[in-house]
Amino acid sequence: MDDLFANAVRQLLVDQCTTQVVRQIEAGQSAEPLWQFIENAGFADALVSEDGGGAGLTLPELYPVLELCGAYALPLPLAETLLARAFLAKAGVVAPRGSITFGLAATDPGGRVVCDTVRNGRVADWVLVSQASHCLLLPAKEARISEAGFCLDATMEWPAGAREGQQVDCTHDVRTVQACIYAAQLAGALITVFSRTLQYANDRNQFGRPIGKFQAIQHQLSVISEHVSAARMAAQIGCQSVSDMPDRLRVAIAKSRTSEAALEVASLSHSIHGAIGFTAEFDLQLFTRRLHLWRQAGGSESYWYDVLGANLVNHYSGCALDMLRATTDID
Amino acid sequence: MSALDSLSISCIPAEDEALRLPVREFLTRAMRDVPARIRAKSWAGYDTQFSRELGRQGWLGITLPTEYGGGGRSPFARYVLVEEFLNFGAPVGSHWIADRQSGPLILKYGTEAQKKFYLPPICRGEAFFCIGMSEPNSGSDLASVKSRAVKSEHGWTLNGQKIWTTNAQACQFMIALVRTSGDVADRQKGLSQLIIDLSLPGVAVRPITDMSGDSHFCEVFFDEVQLADDALIGEEGKGWEQVTAELAFERSGPERLYSSIVLFDQWLDFIRTESGRTPESLRLAGKIFAQLAPLRAMSIAVTEKLTRGESPVVEAALVKDLGTGVEQMIPAAIADDLFSRAVQNAPLELLQTLNFVTQVAPSYSLRGGTREILRGMIARGLGLR
Repeated sequence: MDDLFANAVRQLLVDQCTTQVVRQIEAGQSAEPLWQFIENAGFADALVSEDGGGAGLTLPELYPVLELCGAYALPLPLAETLLARAFLAKAGVVAPRGSITFGLAATDPGGRVVCDTVRNGRVADWVLVSQASHCLLLPAKEARISEAGFCLDATMEWPAGAREGQQVDCTHDVRTVQACIYAAQLAGALITVFSRTLQYANDRNQFGRPIGKFQAIQHQLSVISEHVSAARMAAQIGCQSVSDMPDRLRVAIAKSRTSEAALEVASLSHSIHGAIGFTAEFDLQLFTRRLHLWRQAGGSESYWYDVLGANLVNHYSGCALDMLRATTDID
Repeated sequence: MSALDSLSISCIPAEDEALRLPVREFLTRAMRDVPARIRAKSWAGYDTQFSRELGRQGWLGITLPTEYGGGGRSPFARYVLVEEFLNFGAPVGSHWIADRQSGPLILKYGTEAQKKFYLPPICRGEAFFCIGMSEPNSGSDLASVKSRAVKSEHGWTLNGQKIWTTNAQACQFMIALVRTSGDVADRQKGLSQLIIDLSLPGVAVRPITDMSGDSHFCEVFFDEVQLADDALIGEEGKGWEQVTAELAFERSGPERLYSSIVLFDQWLDFIRTESGRTPESLRLAGKIFAQLAPLRAMSIAVTEKLTRGESPVVEAALVKDLGTGVEQMIPAAIADDLFSRAVQNAPLELLQTLNFVTQVAPSYSLRGGTREILRGMIARGLGLR
């Protein structure tokens, strides 16, 4: 079931989410046509139960889809929408059509709702904004949007009246949810960067042979493959949960290890590509920029090291193996 | 690409996981009074009596068939046992090689008579093996071995020398890779594996002291050693293929991520105290943990492949190269944590454990194949060679 589903998603992304489309959306073209392909295919309801009109996948089963969103640099909040719709369904709220991303509200005495750096805020239809005790589902088009660090992200502000936007009774930890998503997307982008770098090493000739025949390049590619396989395993751990809600400690492993790998692999892949990989025209940058972006999104490695370290020291005594087992064993 | 996405998160079957509780109870008692600096020797520490006791418990040769005295269990059963042994720092060195690779090798390639002769004492913790691969001029270039066995009237006459042979001074048997035909220029062709009884006339074993002061590896000399016909294990001339299969067992196990775990646990105990706890140490604990967790899941995924009879050579190389990197990072990072503090108050036991692990850590990425050999194997798996 999950393989069939993931293969269908892959095919749609191959056809519709080309690097040309990614560039166009980054440059400001509407993401709406691409979203319609996804919505019409029913992919955004994968986590919703079959009774509720979805595909009834579990979070571990969803992992390949999240990975694909990263592998194809999907410039839309599909991963976010998948989880948000599951949370809405659980809260008994009928999800509106359109994509949803996550926001975290800063307190504002004037009654406005202000969210710094909403990931994919510029291309989302809705933002599920977490407040102290509940969430608000707010329409993106009613927000005043200003720049954030990445072109698809945005800082968003709704006027005081927007508080009457739909209240949703859910209390997820935004950072944990984001870290789960972006760890899986990092794993996907890492695989793409690795495949492209391997291909380039086979194609590019210097000194009369492909550079991939040189031991120094081979060993760099081996190191990349080590990071990618560890990151991919970590990201899978991040999606192990008995519910739709990611488990914070497993996510901490996922996000910290994928973020570490992102830094190493981005650096090695650019090194192997030489100057061409550094150009806007060459596609590598679409993915290596995302390695850096998603390393930041949902907390960098040290944020999550602190979570893991505090848990290991405060809640365990004796051997670290016990926490390793608790976080890596699956049923 | 296949080696990259072939490792999927896997679970240890419940019947194998059930071994953990009894083995942990046993180890909690057995290791109670052993200091961390001794437990830190990990699988380089050995104790013959301890191995016999594990044999009595039925925990040696657990993957070998019951008809030869084994446990008849899956590689996951061994995974659980070994994970506990390593985390407790149990002295498993005596039986380590026999249990990990010599037993499975004899089961796979041995004659019925060889299996009946060697496997039951391996399972009882009475027959200990070492691996005769490296020679003074054959390290990473293993195919250049020069030790030679020549067919004689009653068997083989062996001459040559092995080096860096772990624990040879305490073993009864060596499985050696030697040349049985052709010469060095024939490379992988003409090599065979022989089981050598180390008590035979003409065998001399000389321990080598390492930089930590221990003598866990040896030189072994063969001077006109007379071996019987049945010293040959497997097929004559197929030594290279057999050794390659053997190395998949050698490289894939949990010992490739837990070599510094006793030090890590000892340091965690310190940072759990009021005077040891700092924000920097919590962050470092998380960093080390974030490395170990995916590696453990990868090691379990590799074990899952072994249970299906696969030989995941490239995956094992990935895990070993990453794993030894973490094992070596642990003492380096812990030293920096302890000695970057304004107040340097770490307990003596922790410092001694740290110093021991620091001194043996270089061996982690040498034994069982250097980084360069492993990365070359991965590159071959990626189609670059």
